[in-house]
Amino acid sequence: MSAEHAILAEIPRLRRYARALTGNEADADDLLQDTLERALGKWLLWRPGNLRAWLLTMMHHVFLNQLRKRPALVTLDDDTPAIPVRPQQQDELEVRDLDRALSRLPPEQREILLLVGLEELSYADTARVLGIPQGTVMSRLSRARERLRAILAGEDRPVHLKVVK
Amino acid sequence: MNKEHVSKDQLHAYVDGQLSATDSMRVAAHLATAPDDQASVETWRGQKALLHAAYDRQLDAAIPHTITARLKTQRHKPFRQAAIAAAWLVVGIGVGIMADRQLALNAAPPALTSLPQRAAVAHAVFTPEVRHPVEVGADQEAHLTAWLSKRLGHALRAPKLAAEGFHLVGGRLITADNGPGALLMYEDSGGQRLTLYVCADNQDSSATAFRFAHQDGVSTFYWIDGRQAYALSGKLPRDALLPIASTVYRQLNGDG
Repeated sequence: MSAEHAILAEIPRLRRYARALTGNEADADDLLQDTLERALGKWLLWRPGNLRAWLLTMMHHVFLNQLRKRPALVTLDDDTPAIPVRPQQQDELEVRDLDRALSRLPPEQREILLLVGLEELSYADTARVLGIPQGTVMSRLSRARERLRAILAGEDRPVHLKVVK
Repeated sequence: MNKEHVSKDQLHAYVDGQLSATDSMRVAAHLATAPDDQASVETWRGQKALLHAAYDRQLDAAIPHTITARLKTQRHKPFRQAAIAAAWLVVGIGVGIMADRQLALNAAPPALTSLPQRAAVAHAVFTPEVRHPVEVGADQEAHLTAWLSKRLGHALRAPKLAAEGFHLVGGRLITADNGPGALLMYEDSGGQRLTLYVCADNQDSSATAFRFAHQDGVSTFYWIDGRQAYALSGKLPRDALLPIASTVYRQLNGDG
């Protein structure tokens, strides 16, 4: 199968992941496009065995780069619009609530939560995609799930709005 | 057997379906006697269900053309070319959509807002702008009129109002009620601004009468000339605006 067909088949899943990770469609499509550019550039050099995991790895690196480029405002209270959430009328309220909750997780916890919980990757694949030991996957996953539980239960009270560099 | 130790990691793995069948049964048995662990498992399962409920729709969503176009043009070309092709595709789609909308609008009943109202609103919206009153300044007048003429599909000239004490500030493209319109802005030495609103006339009216309207302090003289509708607006009394409007009218109709 040609590169473009193989990759095309993976786009819907990549897009779902990007959408959940970034919290809105515009940023998700930016992330996806940059990922595909990078993937196609590298495809010529090396054909990956597990295409999905390889593309997700690519997306992980692009995501980190994008995070580095934009100044991050962290720790939001309920009245503060979450970082990446732009008003999107087509999204239902529940989706926006979840977007908002996810945006309050540190990006590395969000990635783990989504790779395991949404993309249903194995812990071993998740470790490879993120380039971390499997033990770290487990501890981070555990923290992410606890944090999301607390946020959704309204127990998570952020401290102060602050700018981190 | 239910008292066997089950680690937190195993509970996660149980939820994520990453245990062997044997281990999975062992954890299930443990949960029957461990309400706290059972509650955690249910919470995590609930989170996964939430994620799927919120984001699985992305799997069926149409993929933006920018993305597929980029992939398809990638095959034998370097990326820059692919990106350019994708960009042109987007432009093409945009033009297509606009053309469709245009057709739909032309078929629609006449707009509810009248020409002088629209002109007065445009005046009220854009004249207070200090830093960006216009998109293209008077220093590029040739470019400005060529651009707006192209968008309007009609040769547009910017009237000269120096004799009236007004100079051209520039212009911008605006939306009229059935397509593009243009707004030219003039200013006098005291900072008083006038706007000339130009758009295609879709009323198919043969009336070219010179009319006056006044709304919220904005005076407007408007008229229709062939297929173009014009409206000159300013926060001036009728009598002060009239001679300027007459000048504009004469110039645009070729005998000024």
